[in-house]
Amino acid sequence: MGKKIFLSIPVKLIAIFLAAIIFSGCATDRKRSSGEDFGLDSTEISEDLLEDIGTAKQIFYSLPSPLETAMLLKSAGATYNEELLNPVSNASNYTTNRTMALNLGIYTTDLSFASLFDQTQTSIEYMNAAKQMADGLGILDAIDNNTIERLEENINNRDVIMDIISETIMSSSSFLTEDERPALASIVLVGGWIEGLYIATNLVGDAPIENNKLVERIVDQKLSFEWVIKLLEDNKDHPDVIALMGDINDLKVTFDKIIIKTSKIQAVPDEESNVTILKSESTIDITLEIFRELTNKIQALRQNFIS
Amino acid sequence: MKRIFHVTIVIAALAIIPLSVNAQCKSFAKKICKVELAPYIHDGNYHAAILTVGEEAELYKTFYSETDYRISVCGSDDLPDIEFRVIDSDRNVLYTNKSKDYSRIWDFRLEASQQLKIFVKVPTTEGLPEDILNGCVAIMFGFKEK
Repeated sequence: MGKKIFLSIPVKLIAIFLAAIIFSGCATDRKRSSGEDFGLDSTEISEDLLEDIGTAKQIFYSLPSPLETAMLLKSAGATYNEELLNPVSNASNYTTNRTMALNLGIYTTDLSFASLFDQTQTSIEYMNAAKQMADGLGILDAIDNNTIERLEENINNRDVIMDIISETIMSSSSFLTEDERPALASIVLVGGWIEGLYIATNLVGDAPIENNKLVERIVDQKLSFEWVIKLLEDNKDHPDVIALMGDINDLKVTFDKIIIKTSKIQAVPDEESNVTILKSESTIDITLEIFRELTNKIQALRQNFIS
Repeated sequence: MKRIFHVTIVIAALAIIPLSVNAQCKSFAKKICKVELAPYIHDGNYHAAILTVGEEAELYKTFYSETDYRISVCGSDDLPDIEFRVIDSDRNVLYTNKSKDYSRIWDFRLEASQQLKIFVKVPTTEGLPEDILNGCVAIMFGFKEK
């Protein structure tokens, strides 16, 4: 009996402690939503929905991944230009957590871009550069020698290559998040996002901005910029994030000059294909001057990141 | 001495458990949720959390025009079917899987780029075993290459 009493109290305490640790370990970026507006226009929200928003345990802000960024560029008519990628020879220059995290994102975007254009040898080189960054950050097993070997063995198999790249991105991100380093995970994402913008703005070059698909994709990034800011704000206690926020916030002035208007969305399910079409229209308002301003800021930022 | 040893073991175990649970969550997301994305290409992003019955999570993402997307939301076997809704910036519910027998996936394409919110909830269900504490819930995205 005495033994039973002795054990029962610690077991309860341990259970409570255990639950507390599990939740703290899994929701480091736990936040309460204020029910704020997150779009361009807003209307009244139902009380039920507002209640849901207010009780969310965890909030994620998702940026376009390096793979999605590369796909968006390609589908907008981008052409492959290797000179725009961050040379792999720069990899040895990155020795701080900040530069390694930024360039893990940058090299992964370059890797995705090269892969989507079937640049096989370049893809292997950029996977190695990304591995160097991941190793430097102590990201175990995200990119190991098996990953490189698998890439080499399947270099002509597009599906497998895409799978290897997506797995690499996922492993890096999940490792940093699980390892209580979500700030570095956010820096990786921002590095990759800026690289996508850098490639896109350079590919536009001196071409007219009217009816230009790439310009439309660049303008669309105003919609992701909000999540960039939120993601960094979630990690603003980290010194590297504070420094990055200072750089990134300068883009806000320019993005604020771009006007995007969208109409109400109408969801139309297609029973045959099982795909729902979200019908809506949007208009963008950007001048050549504003586009040049954005291009110059992106170039300066990217130069800062890879230096 | 023996007691100190036991306390040390318990503390060490408690320190390892969050990492272990997170690792299981990643493994679950990779083996179960990611598979649901096929034939779409997983974008690589990882969003997963340990939720308990009645808890909710939300995810904000910009989806781009003329791109085919698949959302996959799944919860570990210990949890009841996960409910998810897709909500636009006017706070209109564009999709809820509640009316689709809690389907784990939703395929869609946008005519114009939009900021959307994915709202995820572990529903409270009567008759659940009392020992259910929590489980992994993952939200993943796939796209089709053009």
